[in-house]
Amino acid sequence: MDFNQSADENLFDRARIIGKPHKRIDGALKVTGTAPYAYERNDVVENHLVGYPLGASIAKGRITRMDAAAARNAEGVAAVITALDIDELPRADSNVAKLFGGDLVEHYHQAIAVVVAETLEQARAATSLIEVEYEETPGEFDLDDAWKRLQDRDVINEVGDVDAAFERAEVSIDEIYHTASQSHAMMEPHASIADWCDGKHLTLWTSNQMIAWSKKALATTLELDEADIRLESPFVGGGFGGKLWLRADAVLAALGSRETGRPVKVALPRPFIFNNATHRSGTVQRLRIAANKDGRITAFDHSAISHTLPGGSGEDAVNQTRCFYAGENRRVAHHAIDMNLPEAADMRAPGEASGLAVLEIAMDEMAEKLGLDPVEFRILNDTQVNPEEPHKRYSDRHFVECLQKGSEAFGWRERNKVPGSRREGQWLIGQGVAGAYRGAITMDSGARVRLSQGKLVVETDMTDIGTGSYTIIAQTVAETMGVTMDEVEVRLGNSAYPVSSGSGGQFGAASSTAGVYAACLALQEEIGKRLSIESPRFENGRVVSGDQDLGLFEIEGEELVGEDTLHFGDFQDEIELGTFGAHFVEVAVNAYTGETRLRRMLSVCDAGRILNPITARSQVLGGMVMSIGAALSESLSIDTARGFFANHDLAGYEIAVHADIPEQEVIFLDTLDGASTPLKAKGVGELGICGGAAAVANAMYNATGIRLRDYPLTLDRMLDRLPAI
Amino acid sequence: MKAFSFERAIDAAQAAKRAFEMPGSKFIAGGTNLLDLMKHEIEVPPHLIDVTHIGLDEITATDDGGLRIGALVSNTALGADERIRRDYPVLSRALFAGASSQLRNKASTGGNLLQRTRCPYFFDPKMPCNKREPGAGCAALDEGADTRQLGVIGTSDHCIATHPSDMAVALRVLDAEVETIDPEGRTRRLTLDEFYLLPDDTPEVENALSPGEIITAVVLPAPVGGTQRYFKVRDRASYAFALVSVALIEQENGEGRVALGGVAPRPWRRDDADAELANGATAVMAKLLDGARPTPDNAYKLVLAERTLAALLAKE
Amino acid sequence: MTSTTTFEKHRESAQTRSSVALTINGQRHELTLDNRTTLLDALREHLNLTGSKKGCDHGQCGACTVFIDGQRVNACLTLAVMHQDDEITTIEGVGGVEHLDPMQQAFIDHDAFQCGYCTPGQICSAKATLEEIRAGIPSHVTKELTGPIELSDEEIRERMSGNLCRCGAYANILEAIRQVAKERA
Ligand SMILES: Cc1cc2nc3c(=O)[nH]c(=O)nc-3n(C[C@H](O)[C@H](O)[C@H](O)COP(=O)(O)OP(=O)(O)OC[C@H]3O[C@@H](n4cnc5c(N)ncnc54)[C@H](O)[C@@H]3O)c2cc1C
Ligand code: SF4
Ligand code: FES
Ligand code: FES
Repeated sequence: MDFNQSADENLFDRARIIGKPHKRIDGALKVTGTAPYAYERNDVVENHLVGYPLGASIAKGRITRMDAAAARNAEGVAAVITALDIDELPRADSNVAKLFGGDLVEHYHQAIAVVVAETLEQARAATSLIEVEYEETPGEFDLDDAWKRLQDRDVINEVGDVDAAFERAEVSIDEIYHTASQSHAMMEPHASIADWCDGKHLTLWTSNQMIAWSKKALATTLELDEADIRLESPFVGGGFGGKLWLRADAVLAALGSRETGRPVKVALPRPFIFNNATHRSGTVQRLRIAANKDGRITAFDHSAISHTLPGGSGEDAVNQTRCFYAGENRRVAHHAIDMNLPEAADMRAPGEASGLAVLEIAMDEMAEKLGLDPVEFRILNDTQVNPEEPHKRYSDRHFVECLQKGSEAFGWRERNKVPGSRREGQWLIGQGVAGAYRGAITMDSGARVRLSQGKLVVETDMTDIGTGSYTIIAQTVAETMGVTMDEVEVRLGNSAYPVSSGSGGQFGAASSTAGVYAACLALQEEIGKRLSIESPRFENGRVVSGDQDLGLFEIEGEELVGEDTLHFGDFQDEIELGTFGAHFVEVAVNAYTGETRLRRMLSVCDAGRILNPITARSQVLGGMVMSIGAALSESLSIDTARGFFANHDLAGYEIAVHADIPEQEVIFLDTLDGASTPLKAKGVGELGICGGAAAVANAMYNATGIRLRDYPLTLDRMLDRLPAI
Repeated sequence: MKAFSFERAIDAAQAAKRAFEMPGSKFIAGGTNLLDLMKHEIEVPPHLIDVTHIGLDEITATDDGGLRIGALVSNTALGADERIRRDYPVLSRALFAGASSQLRNKASTGGNLLQRTRCPYFFDPKMPCNKREPGAGCAALDEGADTRQLGVIGTSDHCIATHPSDMAVALRVLDAEVETIDPEGRTRRLTLDEFYLLPDDTPEVENALSPGEIITAVVLPAPVGGTQRYFKVRDRASYAFALVSVALIEQENGEGRVALGGVAPRPWRRDDADAELANGATAVMAKLLDGARPTPDNAYKLVLAERTLAALLAKE
Repeated sequence: MTSTTTFEKHRESAQTRSSVALTINGQRHELTLDNRTTLLDALREHLNLTGSKKGCDHGQCGACTVFIDGQRVNACLTLAVMHQDDEITTIEGVGGVEHLDPMQQAFIDHDAFQCGYCTPGQICSAKATLEEIRAGIPSHVTKELTGPIELSDEEIRERMSGNLCRCGAYANILEAIRQVAKERA
């Protein structure tokens, strides 16, 4: 099915099920611990061995010698495969660092061996018996150094005359900001069980967001035919972008299986999540904003750098600055600096999460300089067109309403306007606001729906990484086919099913439900043919056309199948599709110690039709939590002497704990975006993390009068500026 | 984790004896630190002696009005004990500021005292660390290292790690003593300053225990009263080690005691600093942190310690 | 002979496996295990009780939370061989799909999870939190050490802080716990 123009009024506008709160249909499995995650597939795999990886202990260089004799002789060990035993495996397009093989070391904890043994205890112990010698080469690990060195940054785009605008500017700011490198730190480590016993057909039970991409990457990496690969990933214990790609767990498990002739399972040990897997690159950003005295922005000049291994793209923090606010003159530049840290790649809202963390502080600074309320200042500079290409209109943008509704609900008007002047005991209290924006990408998505033995079975390789895919897909089928939720069975995350959008870039929910809708229509057509009726209606479990009225599940004959892929047409290139939001935060900062604790946070979201307010709300809550972590504590600390992230565990890398999270509230605007999908939906999975960190920073400024521009906003950055004791 | 043999001890004296007979063996109590380190092969004992069934899980009154806390009393049981809550609240507070409920349920009094540093380089077996491997060098001392959490005082040119225990800071301010029994059956008592050794050029030697010697109890002197508080400063609100912590006992007359956590290889206290308490936080820290040698990344701890004490002393 | 080689000799010759009888969810299991096996791996790898999750294997996430003799602990940081005769309860013992525990039902009702990986641990901790408050065990945020303990949001949040949730379901977890607390009251 082609989606070539905005959706008109359709069945979803009269929805019974879509857009209504439905509890997760996979809930019972999850609360009882019976949902099978990758490492636990005892239901389908027998007689497996356990693999344990060894990571490189240098950041850059070559392995000159590996001696695995002792490991091979260790108790229970079935095989040891070292990087020197095999040539470098071909890299898939989506992998920057190599995953395994050959003497080259590109980053710390790169996998350089896997030990396969009967038990975890045996495999783990044997890895440390492997002797490794390296020839180290100096590497590049310091982003600030690179910033200082860098003269000409790539200009992505310039509109108008930015330099002239700054010369003329009545009010302007020009500041440098830092965001930290961050880890996805999903709770389920990357894990895979591989059965490649015959060296030809590979079955991989894994934890992955993108089945089709990973199958392709596996084919390249292991030099296999895609047809010989099967991937299953029905439950994913969190991904946040960290499981978009093929990673070492899968490759090592496969190699181990081929070598031993038995299925092998490998989970990345927790420290590997930080240095072996991918992360979000830190950034250095310079942001200049110019405005007239009346508060109208005349120019933006935003440049940023991030780090990447050679060949990667880093973290593009300037993207949102191109389109979020009005202003005639604008320039953005992003430079991905080649460095020898582990592989930087996408993490939840890649680009925007870091970019808005900065842009939205800068907006606060501007508002202050202009003497305007930060909410008013943002409203004043709203735009309904892409300011770089004004002929492109936003399909549906209610940013102003987000700000207004949020102000009201939060009680913004009553806030204290003089920074540092509201104190309750030892605590300085402040409130802050920030805008949120994230593009609403769509991706072609396919599905198959089968009318089978009293139920509708929907199959798609879409994944549920906690996003609620199972539930919203069931809702889509139930709505479209006129049945109840109980009558739908959803099967996900299997390469045997039609290729979907997968889960990433907050495109999953909107795209995959559109694909499922297309498949439902295909099934309806098949049903029509079988019954020889014209344009039947599907309601209350019945197929109705003219005077025909038959129970859907009473249709006789062979199983009926509808399969289709929803293709998103080019018309979307000519409009701006986005999601918008506003965050409001209240913090308390200890006037003595500088500890910052949130008191409450409200986010208002404009993201088209909310398919399921329960699961969508959870997505936004989760994004907010992650933005609080990003604001206050998350930082991969780079050891620039040795080139690795030193705090590579969950005690050292501090994500928000329960006690960090105060009252949270989410408001969804009642909006529809027919240009996005037939369901008029857009994603919300990443919107929640966009801008939240800046709202915290701005609230801290309001509390203390101290402007912090470097994340995380830890107390050591402000102790010297807190009130004297 | 390297393979090991395992036995269950029946009492402390027998455990000590067995430990002496089995060189390199380790006692295991809650296991929350030892197993953590064994998984990384930072600890590689060939033999483990399970001391969780040797008794010593009671808190009893001493003749001089204090309490004797068995080495196997869990952190939860200790913190929740009514006598501790009433008479030694700083200890209760310190315990509940540490780790998580799950960990406190397992963690023992003896094990807590003996938990090892959280220095990130100590915890990464691939990094040079004098504490782990004497003479290997110290990754934390290299320029560009991550030292934000590390020590500012009592450190040496060989090691700048801190002792991470919260409980020990409270015990120090309470003048608690550690009671042990050695393989010969001899018992002794050590103050915490005697018990914990500074790194100097042997950072691998962290305490005064001799081979096989086992902690049997921690002894609290009679209650000293006063207002007792424990202020733990950390980046996130819970489940994190201290950047700096301050244990304070303030008497009505302005006298009192102060001990610091998160700054040194042992809970940090000095008599001459206590004596300055009436003169305020700055005066106390001038003494307590005299001779500090911070890194550029952790110099903030000096300011933070002072401000944290000031927060406790401020009557708001 | 250096001490390290003595150790290695010992490891080779000594008995590094043990027999242990574990009582899990009321059922007794006789196992012979490598001494190194943690309780968590005994559950997951030897008994096919995979409801308890491994998030970090180092006591830093709480995904492996189980009850031993009624107390919640991190199963990844204790050895199976140390639990001869102890009563262990895992999420499988808390409730199954057909007979959900009220806390499990409350988690579903309040969407107190997303990916579900931290969830079994959260549920065990949630039940323990209410028990611990009832038993009068203070926490870091308890106002008066000697007074009664309030069943406040702040108390619940602090006591649940040993269970990380990267999906950020905390607010809903709190609601779920409140629901059960209310049902009980
Ligand atoms: C994620 C995490 C966070 C934590 N956060 C904190 C925190 O914030 N604050 C804090 O203070 N602590 C914290 N801890 C540490 C925790 O308090 C310790 O792990 C615990 O107290 C150790 O006690 P245990 O009984 O488990 O010791 P074990 O691991 O059993 O033993 C530790 C050491 O003590 C030895 N030992 C044990 N008992 C005796 C004895 N009776 N005599 C002689 N030697 C003995 C053992 O041989 C071993 O060397 C944290 C731990 C983790 C994993
Ligand atoms: S500071 Fe001490 S513990 Fe840390 S690396 Fe140096 S020697 Fe090791
Ligand atoms: S797996 Fe046990 S605490 Fe993380
Ligand atoms: S539900 Fe995913 S980590 Fe908690």
